Amino acid sequence: MRVLYFAWLRQKIGLAEEEVAPPPEVRDVAGLRDWLATRSPGHAAAFADAKQVRAAVNQDFATPDHPVAAGDEIAFFPPVTGG
Amino acid sequence: MARILVQEALFDMAAESAALTAGRIDVGGVASFLGVCRGDDGLSALVLEHYPGMTERALARIAAEAEARWPLTGCTVIHRMGRILPGEPIVLVLTASAHRAAALEACAFLIDWLKTKAPFWKREEFADGDARWVAAKDEDDAAAARWQVKGG
Repeated sequence: MRVLYFAWLRQKIGLAEEEVAPPPEVRDVAGLRDWLATRSPGHAAAFADAKQVRAAVNQDFATPDHPVAAGDEIAFFPPVTGG
Repeated sequence: MARILVQEALFDMAAESAALTAGRIDVGGVASFLGVCRGDDGLSALVLEHYPGMTERALARIAAEAEARWPLTGCTVIHRMGRILPGEPIVLVLTASAHRAAALEACAFLIDWLKTKAPFWKREEFADGDARWVAAKDEDDAAAARWQVKGG
């Protein structure tokens, strides 16, 4: 699956996007977030405060219990600040 | 169908407004909101990042919600991205309707919802070289929540 990062998550991780193949026990957004956090110190720093992280699955906002599957586009980002 | 644009370039508010009334006689009012970059605390620029693809989808969905709630004859949302200097516009919302209440309410709804439901992130850059990401505000969530349909 394709994972995208925006704003300070992108800066802390040092990547705008990456292709990942999480193990089968990763079934939802929260599971993916926790698994990604183990990939590098930058990932761990980006996901350290889960309350400050929002997600989208296939370009729609998604809650932590939203399922994820191979082929999905998942994005992680801080609360939005447009307008 | 609303006109939705996400662009780096400046936009022409007068031309956008004129386009909503051109060639028609059923428009009784056009309401507008123009968001402008303030130069508080030595701010030298705002840098707006967004999620290409999702941004346009989210703005179209918000505009469709406005069109479902109010009898609009036209609706335009233009949001800039990239580097924006103090005094420059950031976002334009225009709503046209036969009557003012619908235009004014839909315009307020659109700016309140897009602040909390469209994937944009602002970074502030300062004259002294400092930079920081803008944090989301509780008051923006409260402003968006007042448009929530009861039971929805």
